[in-house]
Amino acid sequence: MMKLSTGDKVLQLFIYIILLLLGFVTLYPFWNSLVISFNMGSDTSLGGITFWPRVPTLDNYEVVFQDSRIGQAFMISIMRTLTGTILSVLFTAILAYGLSRHELIGRKFYMVFCIITMYFSGGLIPTFLLLREFGMMDTFWVLVIPGLISVYNMIIFRTFFLGLPAGLAESARIDGCNHIGVLIRIILPISGPVVATLSLFTAVYHWNDWFSASIYINDPSLIPIQTLLKQILNSNIVTDQLQSVGNAAAQDRLALVQSVTTKSLIMATTMVATLPIIMVYPFLQKYFVKGVLIGSLKE
Amino acid sequence: MVVPAMIFIFIFSYLPMYGVLMAFQDYQLFGGFLHSPWVGLKHFEAFFNSPDFWRVMRNTMVISLLKLCFGFPAPILLALMLNEVRSMMFKRVVQTVSYLPHFLSWVIVGGFVGSMLSTDNGSVNMLLMSLNLTSEPISFLSVPEYFWGILVGTGMWKEMGFAAIVYLAAIAGIDPHLYEAASIDGAGRFKQIQLITLPCIRPVIIIFMILAVGNILNAGFEDILILATNPILRDVSDVIDTYVYRMGILNNRFSYAAAAGLFKAVVSVTLLALANKAARKMGSSLW
Repeated sequence: MMKLSTGDKVLQLFIYIILLLLGFVTLYPFWNSLVISFNMGSDTSLGGITFWPRVPTLDNYEVVFQDSRIGQAFMISIMRTLTGTILSVLFTAILAYGLSRHELIGRKFYMVFCIITMYFSGGLIPTFLLLREFGMMDTFWVLVIPGLISVYNMIIFRTFFLGLPAGLAESARIDGCNHIGVLIRIILPISGPVVATLSLFTAVYHWNDWFSASIYINDPSLIPIQTLLKQILNSNIVTDQLQSVGNAAAQDRLALVQSVTTKSLIMATTMVATLPIIMVYPFLQKYFVKGVLIGSLKE
Repeated sequence: MVVPAMIFIFIFSYLPMYGVLMAFQDYQLFGGFLHSPWVGLKHFEAFFNSPDFWRVMRNTMVISLLKLCFGFPAPILLALMLNEVRSMMFKRVVQTVSYLPHFLSWVIVGGFVGSMLSTDNGSVNMLLMSLNLTSEPISFLSVPEYFWGILVGTGMWKEMGFAAIVYLAAIAGIDPHLYEAASIDGAGRFKQIQLITLPCIRPVIIIFMILAVGNILNAGFEDILILATNPILRDVSDVIDTYVYRMGILNNRFSYAAAAGLFKAVVSVTLLALANKAARKMGSSLW
């Protein structure tokens, strides 16, 4: 370690202070929302809730979990994230594997065909009308199918596949394995970090996307959690919601419901919608940093 | 193996491109693309002549430029600062925290922003009031003057840490001998950043700069839809993308909205090409 001059030490101190502030500003909104979600709603509205709940309670969560719409939206989001991620990563990998094979005729043409779509697209309106003409509105699959193949992810996969030793696939082919078999039994298992990164990104996309459901889906039973949360944040649905919960729940719940406010309910719902991401993210962190780098090479 | 995927891409990416033609038609819901009457440039003229055009263009450009001026250098600065941190533990914690917001949906971020800035005991108002900077809570999200700042700030909060990954990797790739040599020559850390780190990561910065300039008409979409829910803000918040969404999806003016969208796409591609040309003169380019 080199010795630091006084100027360097001042610089260091300055940097530590800025980074600490930055970290605080990044974490505080989470923490504050978490605290509000665990504080009694009627007490929160008196103000002054910052770092710690004043009247700790689980009432807000109880109301959230009793609301059948939130539970259903949560299930839709989970189903969408699972099917969307598995199918999308698999199909994207199949395409990437195909395009990484040297014996494929017209490889270059196919690549260009794919890459063009990264720069040009029909835009929102034609895509919307097309999906409508296909009769995909108000179906679960409209959330999964249009995004099935991601050209961007395909390029990352392909770059990685091209770096694998060619003999690997060849020997399996000689042993009588077909291409799909080679991909699933040999290539994907040794592509762990890439598969993990791209799965994480795809899953995060599916979990977080609220917009496509907001334009393609009207059926309340198919609305994912983020779209529902957006609706709750945006309108006065919350008051209805409180009432519907009040009606649906037993009479003795009524007192409980009254201590819950719009704000505390929104915060609890937000936390429910955030939780799955926060839970998987630390485990995958070391992978996605690598994934971003593979991706940025080709950007 | 590749062919089914090609058909898929053709259907979901190329068919909508063909659908762009509807910008030159009076699109009829029941006739579809094939049976709608052609009207030439009517919708483009309508868009250019509408009072919305200048408002939308101004917002698009201003918001984009603000994002470029503040959002672009921020991750570079963050990466430079993280690189100066000696304690690995501290560095790792700050980094982990800084990535986190990238993984949240805009809906959730919007919820946080709403909660932080709310007049109903939002933390920012509580802080301002306890410092006696304001006597009563400010309703930040309904004052047009504050909107651009909030939008740009929120975007930085969300993406800065994640964007810094690439710069950190570029910095990590610099030959440590350069620093040793510089420090023997008596350069302090600040001089080293200026004379070694920055020049070494210049190519990466330029590539990201080109991409940013190519995106200049993408002033934002989700973030604006989420943060600008108050119609009072429309004068400062409406950009081309949100306008296309409002006209097309909400008001069913499909052809008009498609024309506005196509205009944007053409300008964007032109800008990207120009930016790339400029960058090539500076010695690095995308293609």
